[in-house]
Amino acid sequence: MENEFCMQTIKNEKSNHFDLSALRAGLGKQRGQQYWRSLEELANTEEFQQYLQNEFTPHAVEKALPLPRRDFLKLMGASLALAGLNACTRQPEEKIFPYVKPPEEIVPGKPLYFATALLQGGYASGVLVESHEGRPTKVEGNPEHPASLGATDIFAQAAILTLYDPERSEVVINLGEISTWEAFITAISTELEGVRAKKGEGLRILTETVTSPTLASQMRALLAGLPAAQWHQYEPAGRDQVRDGSRLAFGEYLETQYRFDRAEVIVSLDSNFLIDMPGSLRYAREFSAKRRIQDGQKTMNRLYLVESTPTLTGTMADHRLSMRPSEIASFAHTLAAVLGIGEEQNTGHNARMAKWIAALARDLQQHRGRSLIIAGEQQPAHVHALVHAMNQALGNVGTTVIYTDPVEARPVNQIESLRALANDMEAGRVDILLILGGNPVFTAPSDLNFADKLSRVRLRIHLSLYHDETSYLCHWHIPEAHALETWSDARAYDGTVTIMQPLIAPLYGGKSIHEVLAVFAGQPNRSSHDLVRDYWKAQRPAADFEKFWQTSLHDGLVNGTALPAKSVKLKPNQFTASYQQAVTKSESSASNIEIIFRPDPTIGDGRFANNGWLQELPKPLTKITWDNVAMISPAMAERMELANEDVVELKYQGRTVNAPIWITPGHPDHAVTVNFGYGRTRAGKIGTAVGVNFYALRTSSAPWFGTGLEIRKTGKRHALAATQMHHNMENRHLVRVGTLAEYSAHPNFAQELGHEPPPDLTLYPDEHKNEGYAWGMVIDLNACMGCNACTIACQAENNIPIVGKTEVARGREMHWIRIDRYYQGNLDDPDTYHQPVTCMHCEHAPCEVVCPVAATVHSPEGLNEMVYNRCVGTRYCSNNCPYKVRRFNFLQYSDYQTPNMKLVYNPDVTVRKRGIMEKCTFCVQRINHARITAKLEDRDIRDGEVVTACQQVCPAQAITFGNLNDPNSRVAKLKAEPLNYGLLTDLNTRPRTSYLAKLRNPNPELEEN
Amino acid sequence: MAQIFHPSTNTLSKISIFGAVFLIGGLLWVFGVIERSSYVTQAKVVREQPVPFSHRHHVSQLGIDCRYCHTSVEESGFAGIPATKTCMTCHSQIHSSSPMLEPVRESFRNNKSIAWVRVNDLPDFVYFNHAIHVKKGMSCVTCHGPVDEMALTWRENALTMEWCLSCHRAPERFVRPREFVFSTDWKPAEDQAVLGAKLVREYKIQKLTNCSICHR
Repeated sequence: MENEFCMQTIKNEKSNHFDLSALRAGLGKQRGQQYWRSLEELANTEEFQQYLQNEFTPHAVEKALPLPRRDFLKLMGASLALAGLNACTRQPEEKIFPYVKPPEEIVPGKPLYFATALLQGGYASGVLVESHEGRPTKVEGNPEHPASLGATDIFAQAAILTLYDPERSEVVINLGEISTWEAFITAISTELEGVRAKKGEGLRILTETVTSPTLASQMRALLAGLPAAQWHQYEPAGRDQVRDGSRLAFGEYLETQYRFDRAEVIVSLDSNFLIDMPGSLRYAREFSAKRRIQDGQKTMNRLYLVESTPTLTGTMADHRLSMRPSEIASFAHTLAAVLGIGEEQNTGHNARMAKWIAALARDLQQHRGRSLIIAGEQQPAHVHALVHAMNQALGNVGTTVIYTDPVEARPVNQIESLRALANDMEAGRVDILLILGGNPVFTAPSDLNFADKLSRVRLRIHLSLYHDETSYLCHWHIPEAHALETWSDARAYDGTVTIMQPLIAPLYGGKSIHEVLAVFAGQPNRSSHDLVRDYWKAQRPAADFEKFWQTSLHDGLVNGTALPAKSVKLKPNQFTASYQQAVTKSESSASNIEIIFRPDPTIGDGRFANNGWLQELPKPLTKITWDNVAMISPAMAERMELANEDVVELKYQGRTVNAPIWITPGHPDHAVTVNFGYGRTRAGKIGTAVGVNFYALRTSSAPWFGTGLEIRKTGKRHALAATQMHHNMENRHLVRVGTLAEYSAHPNFAQELGHEPPPDLTLYPDEHKNEGYAWGMVIDLNACMGCNACTIACQAENNIPIVGKTEVARGREMHWIRIDRYYQGNLDDPDTYHQPVTCMHCEHAPCEVVCPVAATVHSPEGLNEMVYNRCVGTRYCSNNCPYKVRRFNFLQYSDYQTPNMKLVYNPDVTVRKRGIMEKCTFCVQRINHARITAKLEDRDIRDGEVVTACQQVCPAQAITFGNLNDPNSRVAKLKAEPLNYGLLTDLNTRPRTSYLAKLRNPNPELEEN
Repeated sequence: MAQIFHPSTNTLSKISIFGAVFLIGGLLWVFGVIERSSYVTQAKVVREQPVPFSHRHHVSQLGIDCRYCHTSVEESGFAGIPATKTCMTCHSQIHSSSPMLEPVRESFRNNKSIAWVRVNDLPDFVYFNHAIHVKKGMSCVTCHGPVDEMALTWRENALTMEWCLSCHRAPERFVRPREFVFSTDWKPAEDQAVLGAKLVREYKIQKLTNCSICHR
């Protein structure tokens, strides 16, 4: 199957080729620590030099106009004169629309916060949504919610943009024509007579993963009335292996929860637990708290990690092994054998691996009850079962590992569920198919031929946010209400229920899943509010129901709904046979290339394809925007003579896809990772025809990885917009890393790497002495895991526009906080570090002295202020900024026109025009808000009262902000830590933002050299 | 060859070079005057409103407090424009059939806002907060002028940045005791310079003139 991605092919005119083996040899000779961000940097290519020397890359300065000097001067003179006249315009008349009957709780000009939840893979995470006079503008985490603890992921932050997306589906569509909800109800009511007569035979309902108690009860009632109807579930990035693993180990579906706050030694077998699983926000918080060498804490947890594709969790590991996905089962098996489970087998591990496993096993044994082993969601069920057994053997069950009943309403193997549906459709056994959410035509495994089989269903109905690939093939399309537009409920990873309340009435008359299902239950026009409320009314005693309802809505969770821990019993000896099989399989395939499937890190399984914020967010490790790639190891690139952006043909099980490659240090050899979710054909203006559709290669037998991939060079190239070379500060001890042992022996190691000029080295000694507040920030590199949540939270808070792929390629991305990713060590298995970089608010700011119009000035509280209305766009400031944190509006990026997009904007922050410089303000709107609140209450601003957007969202609490003049503030205490250091302090810029050096905690037994 | 230019050209050119300085200066002055004129700033210009609402009648004749309608002035950045319901608290009984008030009744009937024309309007890149000014002893009339005498409402001051800074640089010139903030006829009993300096100390009023106080 030929994929249809629009490829911009350039015939090797600009070669990206460089000698990888020379780079490898060069790295081997390096002494001391060297950090690098890209292969181009290591090779010191011409392209890299251009990025380094020019603030905005050579493309940024357009080719000189073919204009004689005289004409140019005339034009400039005229535009100068006209620009002056511009100021003479009168302010246009504005209308003001007060309420007719004011709602009691709204004070005009003051936002309200409502607690609700957003779902990821069906699992809830509690959020608080800021609402300005009924207009939701910003999502924050709910600090009381167990799965959030105040943090959110990138998807929750971007939910606001999807809510207002003008391309969301706006009308009911029947057979390609605009119809109405009433017409749909009438049509279904007629159908229902026949359905009821047949006891529901031929009626199929396809949902995504369901945790909603109300929906579950609706489904139960519907299926009770129509016993022959069937409920199928399918989630493209589902957790089938996790479910099957618990069944294999315990004989029943169980939910596993982890307690990272109790774990000293953690072993991850291909699990990206910090980013990508239910509860990961909480896990990230607990994990990073155990690594924080502050406030007298002197010990750190230790993470051993084996992974098949580089993940962010992998970058946090103290010991990381990279291997092909099929080899992980054999690793797990060997480890289990050493721990006394199953028989040891000759798996052909080399001496280094044997040493690794022995040390790991010893460490685990020494931390019985305080260790934790976790298997990746993509690993096969028997690995999960084995991990359950190992945790049991290590006495971790009940301490670091807790089992509960399933959170899902009805756990099933979803791929099998979809396969059953596909088979029945093919056999003509499906008469009516109701697809509630999801986009199976795009996301179903390619071997199921879902789209073809769908056409054999007589009546197809699809509820979704967008009129997408599936809607196109359905008779009826119902616009879905966004999660922020409707009543619903859902459970978190620990079972805690949140009753979701709408922030705004459906913008496009969308309907919720509850409402559509109610039509099939013969209750048309019941609102989701009534459906959800009635369900809970039936669950609670009538007497105090109103109080329960109000409390639950207010808190954002229903108290006491977390599932209790369950004592479990392992089924004896279930594992040997299945992994025996797996081990033999992997051995025979050693020469084959493996393919690894993962959902895209920023647009998920494709559902966020039309979200510009997520499209432009650099992928955490590759730093690519607006595209997906095939990731390969440097060794493989060397063998095949491939360079970044070369297009290869990937052939897997007879299906072919062309994709650009990206050389990813740390990727296992003989394997290719592809992220599915791109290559949409009906996503909207933003998401259509962007990237490659890797679902075309994904099959139901190998949804996560498989062997037998063939890869062939095509000789074509596809230009990618990666930001990893942008805003380079050259390698001047930017990231500072030590081990816990080094730190104990020599706490000041990080500070000694840099040079800080004495405070009196200035011509103006009293220049920036602050009497009142002195704002400052500390970023803890030890906690930062590079998840990008800060970047997108900043974007939402500060009205930062997106610029598109072409502009990103020119180095014009607008993000105020970027995350620099550094590699250290050899090409094949480097250590990876993340460093969020934002405006440093230098006390001696180089940008301020060069501005000819004083548009960037210093505040008495130490803020480096950017005054948009003064800026004339000379870009001198940005030229003079050593940190490269200033961003220029080269074009009119902010959307002033689209009515919907106006609603997204934070009313407390100016929307910038073309020709204006901008940068991080330390969220000055939040500082001002706190200042006014404090003054109205006749007090000073308390520590922790000003929380910047990036700080608030951070799951790992890596960012601290506050008043440096208060010696008791959190930020002042952190600045006093020996790990605290500033960037490029030798320039005497005196940055107000500083960093805490990264510490690693390797096992002394495994320390090489 | 004959001279091209007559000797008087010398004088002419001297005068025009000399005059150009004045011309440019004059143009700048004219520009400055236009910028500050009520044509551009709209100061003292009465705005046409859907209902000819008279502050004079409601404030000075009936004695209604500012906060009866502008409810959020003490707690929010935005002082608040009264909802139709606020008008109807009285006008459902008084002048309940007056044709002048038909837009109000219509709004109440149809649940549709009255489209008032904004009188005091700052540019969108300026963030002003009423609550803190009221708290620090800035009276309504200091900025909004003698509202109690306005039969139809106009913008009293130009609302230029120069005008804002005239107070932010010297708040003692305008500050008054908190209890008289909403009074329309308060006059300082003592010298404003003395009282102002005292109140600035007492209310801990800072001279906040850095950019990010208003621009962000």
